[in-house]
Amino acid sequence: MPIQTYIEAISSALWEEMERDKEVFLLGEDIADYGGAFKVTKGFVDKFGEDRVIDTVLAESAIIGAATGAALVGMRPVAEMQFADFVTCGFNQLVNNTATTHYRWGLPVPMVVRLPAGGNIHGGPFHSRNPEAWFFHQPGLKLVAPSTPYDAKGLMKAAIRDPDPVLYFEYKYLYRRIKGDVPSDDYEVPIGKADLKREGEDATIVTYGPTVHIALDAAKEIANNDGYTIEVLDLRSLMPFDKETILESVKKTNKVFILHEDTVTGGIGGEISAFITEHAFEYLDAPIKRMGSLDTPVPYAPTLEEEFLPNKKKVVQVVKELLEF
Amino acid sequence: MAKSAAPKKNKKKESSFDKPIKKTLSKQKDPLKGVDLSEEKLIQMYKDMLLIRRFEEKAAQMYGLEKIMGFCHLYNGQEAVAVGGNAATREKDYFLTAYRDHGHALVRGISANEVMAELFGKVTGCSRGKGGSMHLFDAEKRMMGGHAIVGGHIPLAAGFAFASKYRAEQDVTVCYFGDAAANQGVFHETLNMAALWKLPVVYVCENNRYGMGTAFERAFAVWDIYERASAYDMPRDVVDGMDIIDVYKKTKEAVDRARNEHTPTFLEARTYRFRGHSMSDPIHGHYRTKEEVEEMKAKDPIVNFGELLKKEDILSDEDLKSMDEEIKKTVNEAIEYAEESEEPPLDDLYTDVYVD
Repeated sequence: MPIQTYIEAISSALWEEMERDKEVFLLGEDIADYGGAFKVTKGFVDKFGEDRVIDTVLAESAIIGAATGAALVGMRPVAEMQFADFVTCGFNQLVNNTATTHYRWGLPVPMVVRLPAGGNIHGGPFHSRNPEAWFFHQPGLKLVAPSTPYDAKGLMKAAIRDPDPVLYFEYKYLYRRIKGDVPSDDYEVPIGKADLKREGEDATIVTYGPTVHIALDAAKEIANNDGYTIEVLDLRSLMPFDKETILESVKKTNKVFILHEDTVTGGIGGEISAFITEHAFEYLDAPIKRMGSLDTPVPYAPTLEEEFLPNKKKVVQVVKELLEF
Repeated sequence: MAKSAAPKKNKKKESSFDKPIKKTLSKQKDPLKGVDLSEEKLIQMYKDMLLIRRFEEKAAQMYGLEKIMGFCHLYNGQEAVAVGGNAATREKDYFLTAYRDHGHALVRGISANEVMAELFGKVTGCSRGKGGSMHLFDAEKRMMGGHAIVGGHIPLAAGFAFASKYRAEQDVTVCYFGDAAANQGVFHETLNMAALWKLPVVYVCENNRYGMGTAFERAFAVWDIYERASAYDMPRDVVDGMDIIDVYKKTKEAVDRARNEHTPTFLEARTYRFRGHSMSDPIHGHYRTKEEVEEMKAKDPIVNFGELLKKEDILSDEDLKSMDEEIKKTVNEAIEYAEESEEPPLDDLYTDVYVD
């Protein structure tokens, strides 16, 4: 099976979907001649032409609004936000038009918005955010957040083919750091299904995105040093999230730690925690633990950002507290 | 002595609002000369305007009776803009507007029954009672909403027009919005994009002089709103929105240009609403005078078009009377229909949040 980086897997999915379906087109700032800020769409314009790989003006509201209009009449646009942070400028379109039109009209809105998210690249306050919680709260949107090249490709294909609008969170930190097997055959990773990344008996870490890798490293360290086995559940889809698999794991390990890179208060972890408490309280042997980034804007200075983000050391410490409860 | 930096109280400039509003149709010399509208179509346009007027009058009554809840914005006075524009389009052209949308929905062929039922919040409404007054739509009739965030639908129109062009279809998109919407950032974002992408779209600003209670003279640094399109090198024009023939001619020219040359146009139609902004404010309120309202009512687009049709021997007084009776009957039937329709089932709460 070919090995691809996370970013190559995203590009492959887009490329194959554009070859498969002429109604799929890409739009965004500097995605054609420049190839995108991160080069996800490098070479696309040469293959598919400027009618299908469209350099837009710097106007997120117009980009998302136009994509929504095209989707409402049956096209399958994939809009790129250059950085996830910039979606703020298109917020009205997403939460009012994109998310709610199907409820009133019954027409599908098959579109994808790509959101290069996350920190650890020293981007400072406006180029490092994880804005998923804003949209998690908006009925009508689906949210996916792959952590591996395999999922990046499979979820992108699923997102493009999905009849609902999908926000696709892709992680700048993972782009070229993570490699993995990616089938060259056509496949989808179903939206709404979590992936059990590591089996265990003593506690569950529920996580997604870049912190999946931190959780796996932490679980390995704990296994090596202390002999506990930790289950790591990668949600992959945030809305809908895989309630069944979460409950199965909770019932098995009886201890839960929820981890994400977004800041902790008001983050998705709170909702997952409430869900577990409502549906599996009697299985819990300890209070649910949560960790996210600190409740501050994202700092620039590498020393500050390192302290701001979750890391293996912090995770190991909290999991140990949970195990010792 | 240095001049005070404090802003001087401005001398009131005289408004140019009604400058493009010409002599009423019935007093113009030969306004139908060279206009490619059959008698049949002219009569239909008259009927369309009258249906909207009678519908809105009843909607106001029903609001008073609390049959219609929430927010309700009436189109009385502005009928010529939607009807003249519709006459300039084909059935498959896309139409969309803002929240003052009853007229646009009716003229696109959504039945009075379905519109009234939607206002009543009934399951037989065009949006199954999920949208209400500001969210009327019927995609098959290419009435693409009813949009209740001011200016928020302007980029959707670009999306429809993009799809038409991409698929090499001949359809044009006509997008209406009020004067206040032209101050939203997305107006500028999208007009620039539409010009760059050469989209088959026509943007029509229905300047009814007030964004709620704020006169456009107090909201625009430059009063000729249509001139904003010069920044995007887009063809533009000002239209007498009280004159359905002027609306038709200028919209037709713009629609043809969009269809044949893929060139977008921006039109500003100067028009006037005879009622308050919504049902919550009186006819004139503090922000405009009774005299002003009366003066504009003398330019009533329906009365004047009716006079013209009589002058041209297309319709007689009797014809007008019997049409009015027929339309009033249609509207009364719509009220019965809405009254008798079922409330949406509670199961509908969860349908269509997502496709599956």
